[in-house]
Amino acid sequence: MPDSAKGGRFTRSQAFSGYVMISPPFIYAVLMLGAPLLAVIILSFLTDGSGAERIIRQFTTANYVEALGDPLNRLLWMRSVFVSLMVTLATVILAFPIAYYISFVVRPEKKSLWLFLITIPFWTSYLIRVFLWKVILGYSGVVNSALLGLGLIDEPLQWINYNVGAVILTLAHAYAPFAILPIFVALEKIDRSLLEAGQDLGESKAMTFLRVTLPLAMPGVIGATLIVFIPTVGDYVTPQLVGGPEGRLIANMIQLQFLKLDNYPLGSAISVITMVIVGVISLLFLLANRRFLRGQR
Amino acid sequence: MTAVPDAKPMIEIRDVHKYYGDYHALRGINAVINAGEFFSLLGPSGCGKTTLLRTIAGFEDISSGAILIDGKDMHEVPANRRPTNMVFQSYAIFPHLTVEQNVGFGLRKDPRSPAEKAKAVAEALAMVGLTGFGTRAAHALSGGQRQRVALARALILKPKVLLLDEPLSALDKKMRETMQEELIKLQRQVGITFILVTHDQEEALVMSDRIAVMFEGEIAQLDDPETLYRRPNSRRVAEFIGVMNFVPGKVLSETAGRIELDVQGLGRCQIAPAQAPAGGRATGEISVGFRPETLTILYEGQAASDRECMGTIAEVVYFGDMTYYDVKLDGVDRPVRLSMRNVPGRPVLDLGVRTRIAWSPGALVLFR
Amino acid sequence: MKFPWLRVYSWLYLVFLFAPVFLLPLFAFNAGTVIAFPLQGFSLKWFAALLDNESLHEAVRNSLTIAITVSVVSTTLGIFAARAATRYDFRGKGPMIGLIMLPLVMPEVILAVALLVVFLQIALPLGMLAIILGHILVCTPFCIAILNGAFLSLDKSLEEAAYDLGETRISTFRLIILPLVMPGIISSLLIAFIISLDEFIMAFFVGGTTVTLPIYIFSQLRFPAGLPVIMALGTILVCLSILLLSIAEYVRRRGVARTGAKDTGGFL
Ligand SMILES: Nc1ncnc2c1ncn2[C@@H]1O[C@H](COP(=O)(O)OP(=O)(O)OP(=O)(O)O)[C@@H](O)[C@H]1O
Ligand SMILES: [Mg+2]
Repeated sequence: MPDSAKGGRFTRSQAFSGYVMISPPFIYAVLMLGAPLLAVIILSFLTDGSGAERIIRQFTTANYVEALGDPLNRLLWMRSVFVSLMVTLATVILAFPIAYYISFVVRPEKKSLWLFLITIPFWTSYLIRVFLWKVILGYSGVVNSALLGLGLIDEPLQWINYNVGAVILTLAHAYAPFAILPIFVALEKIDRSLLEAGQDLGESKAMTFLRVTLPLAMPGVIGATLIVFIPTVGDYVTPQLVGGPEGRLIANMIQLQFLKLDNYPLGSAISVITMVIVGVISLLFLLANRRFLRGQR
Repeated sequence: MTAVPDAKPMIEIRDVHKYYGDYHALRGINAVINAGEFFSLLGPSGCGKTTLLRTIAGFEDISSGAILIDGKDMHEVPANRRPTNMVFQSYAIFPHLTVEQNVGFGLRKDPRSPAEKAKAVAEALAMVGLTGFGTRAAHALSGGQRQRVALARALILKPKVLLLDEPLSALDKKMRETMQEELIKLQRQVGITFILVTHDQEEALVMSDRIAVMFEGEIAQLDDPETLYRRPNSRRVAEFIGVMNFVPGKVLSETAGRIELDVQGLGRCQIAPAQAPAGGRATGEISVGFRPETLTILYEGQAASDRECMGTIAEVVYFGDMTYYDVKLDGVDRPVRLSMRNVPGRPVLDLGVRTRIAWSPGALVLFR
Repeated sequence: MKFPWLRVYSWLYLVFLFAPVFLLPLFAFNAGTVIAFPLQGFSLKWFAALLDNESLHEAVRNSLTIAITVSVVSTTLGIFAARAATRYDFRGKGPMIGLIMLPLVMPEVILAVALLVVFLQIALPLGMLAIILGHILVCTPFCIAILNGAFLSLDKSLEEAAYDLGETRISTFRLIILPLVMPGIISSLLIAFIISLDEFIMAFFVGGTTVTLPIYIFSQLRFPAGLPVIMALGTILVCLSILLLSIAEYVRRRGVARTGAKDTGGFL
């Protein structure tokens, strides 16, 4: 290729400068993310030791057998995935109308104020926020006090706290901006004349929404889904604080293995399996999206 | 059109090729641009005008060939040390600086005193008609004003060559016409070589001393505007610049001084060899072109100055000062376009009217 | 006019979002020792209790040291990455950026576990440095997301113009690029600071015995007696966050106004 062969300073240095620029963050990511993930995978195939020799360098698949064989783990995985899916569903469904409202109804100069308002709670201390949900939903919490005070109930409700539902509600609150922003961005990109065209062609408002707005917002919805689903699988503070005993999730088990039981290989195996589960479900989302987009054409 | 002031070459482009990966963007460009010339690169979108301009500026490397500015080979000379300055299509006004700071940007390393620099800035602003705008924030300017700031910023460095990439395309029609005139005046005043990229043929014709018409990475024709308009060397150039009618014809004989033609609908005539700018010898089927304004409708009692034929009006488009007609000439398959200036006593003709039409062999162009 | 369902819904949603934030000061200024209704009257004693609490002060010092370091380093890394992402083309760019952004979509427990394993392997002592390294990993993608926006709105021809007018690459960066992306840099610094200040899981795993603010709060949540103090602390933290966010937002808007660009709203 004459260009690259003879090529001069400006073009050749384009790619070169690119590599120079990307290398500090990239090397950091390799060292602090790539290598550690690899280490976890390797560790999951080693044998747990005791005493001074914590880990015995001997290849084994026993950790996987043990991790998968334990009915408690299986229950936690299922519950984690279930909770994360519910959280995702709840968050995205709750978020869509508000993203729609900000994008389509709010006047342009007010939009950034709304976005700002929505992000504020997200930036306030996570632990305290979770704890306050406990206060709101608790035995003598805000909801119960209010309902008692209004005379709607005689006994404080117990089913609203320390269970999976409380976990879902708390997480849906925590990840709200993560769901709103991608959907908002997707909605903002929609060419408004398309919608007018839709109505001009005799579609009703509802049909225009279903046939034009929703499909075009789909990439945002999928983005929101992934960005909510994946981190919630790894959350263990919320289940620990508001979940009660049957609110415990797989992340609590990982924490237990690493920080309490000191069984790193088994903990690693559980982590790897969790990553695989998350990865597979994320891929399914993406494939479903692609199928959906193709169906639209 | 003004003649080229003096024929000292300022830029020499020698067999320049440029590849983007596999894409051959410039395919052997050769051109000599003279000092003090207003030179335009004209061509459709994607033909490589910007690429050529950017290789001259030093933003893109050439794959082979050479570019000389004022006799010096520019190979390995980076953009910041070339005696060229550029006016960008988007103007590239620094939004965080004032007008003065923008205009004086290139003087940062100039050894002159701050007072002298300030004077230079004021002069540059005066030159582009922005006196008094110095302390304005750059983002609070209109399109035309930004354009002027960009010009002043480039000209203050007294470059040997000023490069302008579609500088007027972002302006509305009125503003564009004003700026065209101002640019011409400015160029005469400073005497710097201007190279203007444009895809607007009218703009190129109005402003340039010479124009290079480019298609697909090659220069198709390099001439002064009048030659380009009257004697395009290919159908493609002819169609790109203005409107041209084409009718089939035959070369009957060709001697050193004359070419004898038989043109469909117009009959036999003789033309000069200069009217076949594509050159070469050919007999048999050829194509003959003529501009709409070289045909004239003859009204009652008017005599033809040259030759005449008959036609039927097939379409009328009224433009105020002008009227365009599509006329079906007797014996010609397809209607031809004809334009008439509207003056009192020359009514606009209706559809279907039969009329006499004058034409002249001297206005024909032969394409092989 | 039809009933404005959407607007009513949106306001209710805001109430839902802000419910915990509004409760916080209620309990912080409440004289009662239990975090429950009914309230017992106004008191500043929980704020006063914050003043002489040595372990809290140490946690604050640790957290500030970590957060400041992290915000500077993450933003610096973010500038490199955002610049590479928005201006240069090179083979493997997508996957490289993808790896850098990966922590944004990884369960944090797994990141923490992975780092813990490696730190133990290379015998890096668990503590401040370990937390800083972990937080940089978590914060950098956020910084990149913010900075990308700033760098994207930078017209390439501005750089070329400066270069054309005789500046070098480096002086162009200093005179043109840096001032124009400065609002983004400030936002990035503030946001990384806030994230690091609030990060719990990573600090819990790799922090060893180092106590950061969230770890302190977490430990106190188990003791009912300490809760009102935590509410007071939380109130202060919320105010701090809102202040910093408002600064970030103000700087961003002023940047938008100064360059005359169109406001496209929000961070991230
Ligand atoms: N950096 C690049 N990489 C790859 N191809 C490029 C690059 N820059 C330009 N090209 C290609 O080179 C060709 C010429 O581009 P150029 O910008 O010179 O066209 P142009 O004549 O200025 O057109 P326009 O009137 O649209 O500005 C185009 O087909 C374009 O796609
Ligand atoms: Mg161009």
